Amino acid sequence: MLWEVEIHLKGQDAERKRISAEFDLLTHTKKGNSLIHKATRGYLLDGPTLQRGHIDRLIQELLVDPLVETSLVSQLPEPRGGSHHGTATLRARFEMATVLLKPGVMDPVAQSVLDAARNLQVPLQEAHTFRRYFIPPFALEQTTYFPGEKEDSLKEQLYRVLANEAIERIVEGAITPKDLSSAKPYQFERVTVPIRDLDDAELEKLSQGGQLSLSLAEMRTIQAHYKTLGREPTDIELETIAQTWSEHCSHKTLKGQIDFQGRRIDNLLKETIFGATQEIRKRLGADDWCVSVFEDNAGVVKFTDRYHACFKVETHNHPSAIEPYGGANTGLGGVIRDPLGTGLGATPICNTDVFCFAAPDTLPQQLPPGVLHPAKIMRGVVSGVRDYGNRIGIPTINGAVCFDERYLANPLVYCGTIGLIPVDRMRKEPKAGDHIVALGGRTGRDGIHGATFSSVQLTAESEKVSGGAVQIGNAITQKKLLDVLLQARERGLYHAVTDCGAGGFSSAVGEMGAELGATVALDRAPLKYEGLSYTEIWISEAQERMILAVPPAHWDEFQKLCAGEDVEATIIGTFEQTGKLKLSYQGESVGELDMHFLHDGRPAVLRQATWTAPAQTAATTPPKKEAKTNFTYDLLKILASYNVCSKEWIIRQYDHEVQGGSVIKPLVGVHEDGPGDASVVLPLPCASDGYVGLAVGCGINPHYGDLDPYWMAAAAIDEALRNVVAVGADPRRTALLDNFCWGNTNRPEVLGSLVRAAEACRDTALAFNTPFISGKDSLNNEYRSGDRHIAIPPTLLISALGRVPDVRRCVTMDLKAAGNQLFLVGATRNELGGSHYHLVNGLKGGEVPHVNLEQAPGVFAKLHAAIQQGLIRACHDLSEGGLAVAVAEMAFAGGLGADITDLPKLGPETEEVLLFSESPTRFLVEVTPANAVAFQSSLKDVPLAAIGVTTAEPQVRIAGAGGEWIISAALADLKEAWQKPLKW
Amino acid sequence: MPAPRILILRAPGSNCDGETQFAFERAGGIAERAHINRLREQPALLHDYQVLVVPGGFTFGDDVGAGKILANQLVHFLGDALRQFRDAGKLILGVCNGFQALLKAGLILPPDDAGPLATLTFNTSARFEDRWIHLQAQGDKCPFLKGYERWEVPVAHGEGNFRCREGAILQKLEQNQQIVLRYVDSAGNVGPYPVNPNGSQGDVAGVCDATGRVLGLMPHPERHVLPTQHPQWTRRGLAPEGDGLRLFRNAVQFFQ
Repeated sequence: MLWEVEIHLKGQDAERKRISAEFDLLTHTKKGNSLIHKATRGYLLDGPTLQRGHIDRLIQELLVDPLVETSLVSQLPEPRGGSHHGTATLRARFEMATVLLKPGVMDPVAQSVLDAARNLQVPLQEAHTFRRYFIPPFALEQTTYFPGEKEDSLKEQLYRVLANEAIERIVEGAITPKDLSSAKPYQFERVTVPIRDLDDAELEKLSQGGQLSLSLAEMRTIQAHYKTLGREPTDIELETIAQTWSEHCSHKTLKGQIDFQGRRIDNLLKETIFGATQEIRKRLGADDWCVSVFEDNAGVVKFTDRYHACFKVETHNHPSAIEPYGGANTGLGGVIRDPLGTGLGATPICNTDVFCFAAPDTLPQQLPPGVLHPAKIMRGVVSGVRDYGNRIGIPTINGAVCFDERYLANPLVYCGTIGLIPVDRMRKEPKAGDHIVALGGRTGRDGIHGATFSSVQLTAESEKVSGGAVQIGNAITQKKLLDVLLQARERGLYHAVTDCGAGGFSSAVGEMGAELGATVALDRAPLKYEGLSYTEIWISEAQERMILAVPPAHWDEFQKLCAGEDVEATIIGTFEQTGKLKLSYQGESVGELDMHFLHDGRPAVLRQATWTAPAQTAATTPPKKEAKTNFTYDLLKILASYNVCSKEWIIRQYDHEVQGGSVIKPLVGVHEDGPGDASVVLPLPCASDGYVGLAVGCGINPHYGDLDPYWMAAAAIDEALRNVVAVGADPRRTALLDNFCWGNTNRPEVLGSLVRAAEACRDTALAFNTPFISGKDSLNNEYRSGDRHIAIPPTLLISALGRVPDVRRCVTMDLKAAGNQLFLVGATRNELGGSHYHLVNGLKGGEVPHVNLEQAPGVFAKLHAAIQQGLIRACHDLSEGGLAVAVAEMAFAGGLGADITDLPKLGPETEEVLLFSESPTRFLVEVTPANAVAFQSSLKDVPLAAIGVTTAEPQVRIAGAGGEWIISAALADLKEAWQKPLKW
Repeated sequence: MPAPRILILRAPGSNCDGETQFAFERAGGIAERAHINRLREQPALLHDYQVLVVPGGFTFGDDVGAGKILANQLVHFLGDALRQFRDAGKLILGVCNGFQALLKAGLILPPDDAGPLATLTFNTSARFEDRWIHLQAQGDKCPFLKGYERWEVPVAHGEGNFRCREGAILQKLEQNQQIVLRYVDSAGNVGPYPVNPNGSQGDVAGVCDATGRVLGLMPHPERHVLPTQHPQWTRRGLAPEGDGLRLFRNAVQFFQ
């Protein structure tokens, strides 16, 4: 019998408030409040022998907290006239819209209710959750009269806020059993795809129609291969090749051949980023501290005697564009499995997240078809990361948010995870005869074609066509997996492990067995529900799954360990020395692929790349009748810009302290709300060995890329290094990660900008001796629909992982005491190109900031030495907004004033350059008078100027060359400007 | 007396078990972690321990309600064993999610005829928040809190809003000295958000049972054991130890 339990929260109706605020935000109206009368939530509970008594028991013991909630039960279908007493009035007076998950979408809460009901011995067989909204009658009947071309009815607008059609659906009125149709059983049928006789047009059609996302050259290669074999491929073989050869899995552009304006590049990655690392490792010789770079699921470096540290950053852009919560949720969930699948498994100790959005106040009528509002995307993404990270218990400690209108249709979501791996648990190698074991979550129809979907551009239809690529994560399933995996690691129960990411089993088994061969019986994989074809099982990207190679001798112990913590482990096949990937279903062969063809058979890609520097333009500073004499308003505007303003709203929603390793938190200062440069952790497993810690920072600035992607990349590396060095990391023990998010690299000018950036990565890494240890690229971040075409600006995220020799020497950016001296470290040049001063004033052109590759390494080394000697009280790097913003942030974070009276010491440039230029490799440093001399001699040969003092007056003042104050503002006003924009 | 043994009870989604173990070890105890399935199979395992801790986390995802499913398991599978444990003069601690579970299992404030006396529900800010707060310890009923006055620890939760069924219940708990921790500001005064980070009635941060030996609190003492964990140590200098360590040492010394 099917029962409905509807739950009403006593007191404030937060969900109603959320919906009405979101509606107003998306439509720029004040109507949200009048459209929803009340929001409730509930459960649909089904079972052939489920009686009212069972339901009452569930309510009393499990589902309802009587102090804050009330509930209403009804049996479905409802008898005519309705049986409700309490809601009878509600239902009589209001329209009812109920939001249900689409069939096959993960519902973690329903799963928990099923498990808990079993403990209570209630015969529950099926459970679904729902959200419900009561809408005043006639409220939706008026049509809208918004400015712009939108013709949507009010109802469509509201429904778009209530549910995301990628994963949810709305049922109007009472629910009936047929709203909960369950999946149909699967009828096995082996499918072959005739390919040998197709012409080019037909090959292309097959690739597109089947969502294979393969090029014509690739399709031809596959055709030739099967002609040689003298047979047609099966569907699963084609899918496996498409997954393995996808841009997402094989990075064929970065590793392919490029004709760069006549110069031939054979493998961009090898010749730039990877090449630089090899060169640095050679230079280091016996002191090489890299352990594993660009080969495993994460880059690994030495950390302490007992542990190595590993780091991986991934992107999850396309899914987040369509379903922000699920996209970001599984983005973080996915990257957590990378360290787990590195070596024999690393313990995740912290996460990072970096987002790029269009401005949250974008006008709704500017949205192209099929595109969600950036504010909705931002809220969804932040919640998705929050819920996964907090639940699994890994602190999110570092991040950044970038805003630019070109991210409107393609938001970027970068998630990273750092792990600790015991030094004797690095080596992994599956052996012939090992069981292929699927561990963790079950396989469902979620995330089909994620790898190929992420390799193409988005359109207005993406939401509908590719909804299957979107998933919701279940952090607790992954936490359980993590708990047993790490115990099995300690006991040495398996030979190899890798995660199921893009491509699902097909990639995980294919990669792990690449040197051996593997046989997989697809019918053995545990499924979430029936109805999946063998191909769907093979390529499903259902979350929270790992593949292990478990020797038969350890299987019993491994299985027992997993069962003891309610984690499912299933043998789905065997690794064998055959060089073949053999797939079967119910005893019948459905595919057999040659590992060599699969991994090395892809034809090389040759792409054209060009780059033309934008014509060198002088900054378009408007001609002035008289010299500008006050810059206070410019400073306030920059502080209040979305890029610079406080991200406290996001940071506080993340648990950044779980696991107890936190030493420097993302929010610092006297009120614990100032913008720290980088976070530092002393992982507790290492705390008994000493005080060696890890600093985590990042650099990103797409605005420089508009002028020159080369200097954008150099500046991003410099910024990531500045952040970690500013808190106390050793620049000679700092590792870098690259994440390229670019547009469509089939366009030569887009690929050319990528080449420029990659070359800068090589040059800058070599200059700083900072090796890249891991990276990832996400191309095709473009949107096309009708005549709208939006490409993201080339966006390079550099993440830095620095070793802190002694965390007790760490420094934060907040001013510490009045009467101390302020020094500017580093040279200030006329580099306002791409600066925030230009951005907030609508100015263009100018010189993009250049990293002085000869001088900068010395600046970092000497500053680090001064921090190690304890000579520094506060240190803040100069980034967006330059000196003026750095002074203001240090002052209000410390609750102290600052008087900068010696600006001319910085050079002959104009005041606006000295205040706002974003020349890299600069720090503002607070030093006590007692340490001033020692500090100065410690920074010998580095550009250094004593420019001011800290004061007890709650104000920031900066004097111009004539001695008059060109900036003067109260701390409270500066802080208010900085905190207000995202105080949601 | 030898060092007492501490059992840290793990369940799917527990995630503060590692730092809780670290804290008890720093305090001189012998701490071990065990999955709730082990204890369900063999409740007698509890005989080997003097302290039971339900650590923080998101057990079962907090699906249905924070700590609710774990509370259900505690009641149905370990109810007798836990009451015996308490009646044997031993200590029980629930932190954050552990507090939610112990409270909803009725192990801190046993329900009366009209049902549960109190609950922990959604923060008035309607969202999860991680921030440092000040606590004021009250009375001397609870051995975990011996010697505490005002101290600093972080909270990190979305459902820490303590609500009694009626105002009279809160008064009675106060009279019985069971309200042992309150949110205050740095000067010791109660105040609105963010001084009281979740809107708890009576600014209640921690409650003990009638014996004083079962303590539940929302803030995380295990996250302030090392001086480097304090958010302002770079301003104030490093303290000899974190404020939270004393709580764990009190538990260890209770048996010595």
